[in-house]
Amino acid sequence: MKTLWTVVGKELLDNARDRRTLASALLFGPLFGPLLFAVLISVVIQQSVSDIERPVSLPVIGAEHAPNLIGFLDRNGFEVEDWSGDAADARDAVQAGRVDVVLVIDPVFGERFQAGLPARVQLIQDASAQRAARNVNRARGALNAYSAQLRALRLQARGVSPDVLRPVVIDDVDVSTATGRAALLLGMITYFLLAAMLMGGLYLAIDATAGERERGSLEPLLTLPVTRSTLLVGKILATCCYMLLSLVITLVAFAIGLSFVSLEELGMSANFGPQVVGLGFLLMAPFVLLGAALMTLVASFTKTYKEAQTYVGVLIVVPTLPILFAAFLSVKPSALLMAVPSLSQHLLMTALIRNEPVDPGHAAISVVSTLVLGALVTWLATLFYRREGLMG
Amino acid sequence: MIEVDGISKRFGKVEAVRSVSFAAEDGRITGLLGPNGAGKSTTLRVLYTVLKPDGGRARIGGRDVVTDALAVRRSMGAMPHGAGLYPQLTAWENIAYYGRLHGLAGPALARRIDDITQLLNLGEFIDRRTKGFSQGQRTRVALARALVHDPQHVLLDEPTNGLDVMATRALRQLILRLRDQGRCVLLSSHVMQEVAALCDCIVIVAHGQVAASGTPDELRRRYAETDLEEVFVRAISGVGERP
Repeated sequence: MKTLWTVVGKELLDNARDRRTLASALLFGPLFGPLLFAVLISVVIQQSVSDIERPVSLPVIGAEHAPNLIGFLDRNGFEVEDWSGDAADARDAVQAGRVDVVLVIDPVFGERFQAGLPARVQLIQDASAQRAARNVNRARGALNAYSAQLRALRLQARGVSPDVLRPVVIDDVDVSTATGRAALLLGMITYFLLAAMLMGGLYLAIDATAGERERGSLEPLLTLPVTRSTLLVGKILATCCYMLLSLVITLVAFAIGLSFVSLEELGMSANFGPQVVGLGFLLMAPFVLLGAALMTLVASFTKTYKEAQTYVGVLIVVPTLPILFAAFLSVKPSALLMAVPSLSQHLLMTALIRNEPVDPGHAAISVVSTLVLGALVTWLATLFYRREGLMG
Repeated sequence: MIEVDGISKRFGKVEAVRSVSFAAEDGRITGLLGPNGAGKSTTLRVLYTVLKPDGGRARIGGRDVVTDALAVRRSMGAMPHGAGLYPQLTAWENIAYYGRLHGLAGPALARRIDDITQLLNLGEFIDRRTKGFSQGQRTRVALARALVHDPQHVLLDEPTNGLDVMATRALRQLILRLRDQGRCVLLSSHVMQEVAALCDCIVIVAHGQVAASGTPDELRRRYAETDLEEVFVRAISGVGERP
């Protein structure tokens, strides 16, 4: 037991002095996710919020033909401006993306309007331009509203209730809670947590196996009165320590980062307080053993540091795959899925962030199955470490 | 006392060692001499319990290297070829890690490292990280690491490789001192002069077999040569590649 801690202590110290390991465990891994996330959400919020508030500038051709319509648009948050060119110019400008939408009012708009005939306007727009869609929709909405208002007035003037023309009324009822909407975005957090954990242990796992062999320090180490299993378990435990450290830093960084982002403006409220950090740590921590054992097992198959980096680099993508599946197929938590590591952590963590109750039974299955699998892979790794081929 | 009794080892189709037998006595320096690829390192690797022999037996201090490996490792200090250090750890920490894995701790460990620092003259760089050490400094730290638990049996694979004249000289003096303390020293080399200058007993190895063995004088007499180099050449040409 004492020798085991000697091995763990040495690996921790050795790697703490390696800038690359430290940077990847304590800086890049844990802080990249929260930072990217904060920036991403800020941009989304800025776009959606400012777009609603900012008046939309609307170039118009032939504004003089429909002064009332222009007045209506003015009152409804449009900055109407006269388009200097003709309709052909306007088409080019929209196609080139210089303006989002141009309103063309028919020269005979007034006459037809007076006669009670449908009066025509044109909305020049590019349906393939995603960015312009919002302004186009707002312009169309305003025109529809103007039309509806006139329709009601005309019917009333003829003694008919406007309701005659509204046989069906649709009311949208949005049942997603504010937190639920946020969770759609926040579901990505588990992805970053897993990635940060694996990144945290990556270099230690490689250094302790392939690195040790490449340096030539493995052979003398194996002449000491310590079993190979003890050495390997020590290395895996040291990797676990770095991964846990990464996990804690990432969780705290998320909690701090999300407190600065005003998710409320999007009608969401992020539930990422100290309680979520604590519970989240307990739910995610069992994955550490599995991750460390997997990385160590793969790294000890390889001959050189570089080779190990390649294979382990590919390996750390694997645990994130179930999360992708879950996101695409929108799976619901079930006891069976709780036996799948990384997926179970994702589902539990997402529920936690969503402020939904976490089923203690599900949590127990997740913790136990992940730990058992981790122990199994550790055992496999020790079997492999006993091989003579290890010497290379 | 190291007793090797007909050990053999093959890697795939290559028979690296076939039926090698010799004995290395306490209080003597035994040299495994042979050209590159003769099987010296493989023999040593079997002895310091990193490889298991396919056939034959070997005992160190009366204990079997296969069935009693952990006990063998306790009584043995090994310096494998090109022994690597941990570059981020200081020389002291490198030595202390091995000391702790041998069960030493606290003041006893510190005292032992102090002694060995004196013995190997590591004082000026004992607290520096080993990254950037010269080959001579690295070899001295690796040797200190191998000797930290005061082992009765010392196994050195090509210990003077890459050392300059002064460092080689210092190492030889140390090895002689280990012998005078009554230890059993077994070293390998492909340099005739080195083995001649240092060893009490020479085991000439070629093509994975023992070609000849004995004290330098015995060997000279047996081959009726005054020059050990001639003895070496004749001995290894006597063993050919078996079909």
